[in-house]
Amino acid sequence: MVHTSLDVVDEKISAMGKALVDQRELYLGLLYPTEDYKVYGYVTNSKVKFVMVVDSSNTALRDNEIRSMFRKLHNSYTDVMCNPFYNPGDRIHSRAFDSMVTSMMIQVC
Amino acid sequence: MEAAAGGGCGSGPPLLLSEGEQQCYSELFARCVGAAGGGPGSGPPEAARTVPGTVTAAAGPVADLFRASQLPAETLHQITELCGAKRVGYFGPTQFYIALKLIAAAQSGLPVRIESIKCELPLPRFMMSKTDAEIRFGNPAELHGTKVQIPYLITEKNTFKRMDDEDKQQETQSPTMSPLASPPSSPPHYQRVPLSHGYSKLRSSTEQMHPAPYEARQPLVQPEGPSSGAPGAKPPRHKASLIRSFSVEREPHDNSSNYPDEPWRITEEQREYYVNQFRSLQPDPSSFISGSVAKNFFTKSKLSIPELSYIWELSDADCDGALTLPEFCAAFHLIVARKNGYPLPEGLPPTLQPEYLQAAFPKPKRECTLFDSYSESMPANQQPRDLNRMELSIKDTADFPVPTQDVTSDDKQEQNKTRLALKSTADEALPKDMSEDPATSKDSNSLKARPRSRSYSSTSIEEAMKRGEDPPTPPPRPQKTHSRASSLDLNKVFQPSVPATKSGLLPPPPALPPRPCPSQISHHNVNSERSAHPKPPTQLPNYGDFRLQKQSEQVSEAEIHPQLNRAPSQVAESSPTKKDIPHSQPPSKPIRRKFRPENSATESQEPPSTVGGPVSAASGKPHAAVQKQSSKQKKAIQTAIRKNKEANAVLARLNSELQQQLKEVHQERIALENQLEQLRPVTVL
Repeated sequence: MVHTSLDVVDEKISAMGKALVDQRELYLGLLYPTEDYKVYGYVTNSKVKFVMVVDSSNTALRDNEIRSMFRKLHNSYTDVMCNPFYNPGDRIHSRAFDSMVTSMMIQVC
Repeated sequence: MEAAAGGGCGSGPPLLLSEGEQQCYSELFARCVGAAGGGPGSGPPEAARTVPGTVTAAAGPVADLFRASQLPAETLHQITELCGAKRVGYFGPTQFYIALKLIAAAQSGLPVRIESIKCELPLPRFMMSKTDAEIRFGNPAELHGTKVQIPYLITEKNTFKRMDDEDKQQETQSPTMSPLASPPSSPPHYQRVPLSHGYSKLRSSTEQMHPAPYEARQPLVQPEGPSSGAPGAKPPRHKASLIRSFSVEREPHDNSSNYPDEPWRITEEQREYYVNQFRSLQPDPSSFISGSVAKNFFTKSKLSIPELSYIWELSDADCDGALTLPEFCAAFHLIVARKNGYPLPEGLPPTLQPEYLQAAFPKPKRECTLFDSYSESMPANQQPRDLNRMELSIKDTADFPVPTQDVTSDDKQEQNKTRLALKSTADEALPKDMSEDPATSKDSNSLKARPRSRSYSSTSIEEAMKRGEDPPTPPPRPQKTHSRASSLDLNKVFQPSVPATKSGLLPPPPALPPRPCPSQISHHNVNSERSAHPKPPTQLPNYGDFRLQKQSEQVSEAEIHPQLNRAPSQVAESSPTKKDIPHSQPPSKPIRRKFRPENSATESQEPPSTVGGPVSAASGKPHAAVQKQSSKQKKAIQTAIRKNKEANAVLARLNSELQQQLKEVHQERIALENQLEQLRPVTVL
C-alpha cells in the first residue's frame, strides 16, 4: 500500500508537469498484482492530493460517483482548513469531516 | 455462591475502601438514611427488622440509588443478594458499602462477585434524575468530565492510577477555571455548585435554590451521562474549589430568569463581556475576527488545540475562517463552559446558534458602520445607554441619529433610537432656543415652531422618513428660488458657504429626496425668491433656508438648533467639508462653529426680520400649514441626503480598507502557495 501510494504520488508529480491543475485524475490503471484495488487521485488547486483506494471486489464505482465523492471530500476539507487551529499536515480530527467521510464510505459499500 | 457471599458478607470481609470511596459511600449512606428518616413508609418496615443499634438505610432511597446507577435490574438483584441485604433484610452500612462497591464493579464491567470488590474500583456512577430525592445522588463529576477523564472511563480499566489521575484532573480543573472563567462565571459555576453541594451537607439550604438549575442541567447531562459517566466526584475537593464562588453564583442564578437550557445560554453580563472582548480584538462589532486573531486569543485560554479546533468547528457556522460577533460569542461561551468542566456538545446548541444570538441580542448592523465610534452596535437593550451618551454629546450624536434616518428603509429600532435621540437633542436645544430667542416676536409659525421644535424632533423624523419615501412630486425642477421672501439674508448666509461645498458634496444627487423638495420649494417660491443654484447644491441650503424660514418666518434659534441638530448632516456636510469630511468623527466642533456663525447670522437677522416677522406672519399663517408640510418634507429630504452622504463616505472608507485587506490576503496566499510548493517534494504521501 505504501509503495502504491508512493507511486501514485510520483505519477501525480509527473502529471503536474503536463497539466498544472488537474481537477481529477482517474487513476484506474493501478492494480496491484495480488490485491485488486483501484486508486483514485484528486488534486486541489492548492496541490493537496486526495487519494482514494477502492477495493475492486466492490462493483466498480462509476466515474461520476468517484468525482462526486472527491468533490464532497474537497468541500469538507476546505471547511476543515478554515479552522485556524488546524495545521496543514496534521491528522484531521474534525467530527464533521469524519462523519462525512464515513457516510460516504457507507454509501458506497 | 450466594451462601458463600452471604457468609462473606455476614462476617464482614475487610472491605478496602479508599478515602474517596469512604467519603462517597458514607455520604450516600447518610443520604439514604436521611431519606429513610424522611420517607414515610419505607422506614418502619425495615427498621422493624433491623438489629437494634445499627443504622440502616431504607430500601426506598437505596433502590432509587441503585436504579440511578443504570445497571440492569438483574445485576442490581445480584448485587443486593451479594451484599447480604436480602439475607439480613436491611441495608446496613456494611451491606450498603458492599453494594456500592459491587455497583462500581458492575459499571466497570467486572462480574458481580465478592472478589471484584477486593480491588480498587472507581466510584460507582449514578445517573442524575429529576426527583428531588434523587438529585442528591446526582453525579457532579460529569460536569468535570474532561477529555482525560472520559477516556479513563471508557477504557474501563481498573487501575490504581485512575484515582490519582482523577484527583489531579479535578485539581487542575479548578485552577484552570479561574483565569478565563472568572467574569462569565455565572451559569457554569453555579451549575456545578448545586451538584457539588448536592454531595455536600449543604443540601438542605441549597436545595431550593438548585433544583431549578439542577433540573435544567439535566437535559444536558443526561445525554452525556451514559457515554461519559465520570467517576463519583470527590465532594470535599469540589466543595473546596467551588465554595468560594458559591455566593457569587447564587446571585447570578437568582438573576437569570429563564434558564431552561442553561449551560449554553448566554446571559446578559456574559454577552457584554464577550462583546467587549470582541471589540478589543476587532473594533468594528459588525465585522469579523480573522482566524489567526481568534486563534491567538483562544489559545490564551489554555485549552488544548484539538479542543479549540473542535470549538471552532462548532461555532464557525459558515466555515468562513472568521468569526462574526454571534459566532465569537458562541465560541467564547463554549470555551468558558469547557474550562468549567462542561463536556463539549456534539453539535452547536440552539441557544448558541448565530441566528439565535443575533435575534436575542439584535445589533442593528446598519448603524454599526456609522456608529462604530459610538459602539452603537450594542444591543438594542442598551438603547437607553446610547441615549444617555447621545444626550451628553448632543452635537456629536446629532450627526449620527440623523444619518441613520434612512429614508428609504429604516429599521424600527433605528427610528426609535433616532427619535429618542433627537428628542433628547431637541430637548437640549429647547433651552437654548428659549434663551436665545427671547426677543423674537413669535409669530404663529415661531410659536408653533417652539412647541413644535420640542416635538419636531420626534415627529419630523417620522414625517421625514415617511415623506422621504414617497416621491409624490414630479422630478425636481431646479429650485433656484426659495419660498420666503423674508430672511433672504439667511439664504445668502448659507448660500455662499454652502454652494462651494455642496457642489463638491453632491456630485451624485440622490434622486428620491430631491423630488419632494422641489414641490415644496415651488410652493414656497410664492413667498420668496432665491438666487438660482444648481439643483443639488441648492437643495440643501434651500432646505435649510426653508426650514428656517418656515418655522419662524425668520431664522429663529429654535429652528436653527433643532433643524441643525436634527439635520446635522447638512451642516456637517457644509462645515466638515470645509474643514474635512469627518463622517466617522463626530463633527461636533464644525457643527458648533457652524452654529455660531449661523446663530450670529440668524440673530442679526432676527431683529430685522422681526419687523418683517409680523408682516409675514400674517401672510405666513395661511402658508403655515403648507409650509409646515413642505418644511417637513424638505427636512426629510435633507436628512436623507445627509444620511446618504455620510453613508457613502463611510462605505467608501470601508471599501478602501477592505481592498487593502484583500491585497494583503492575496499576498499571504501567494506566499503560502510558494511555501507549499517548496514543501511538496519533502512531504510524502
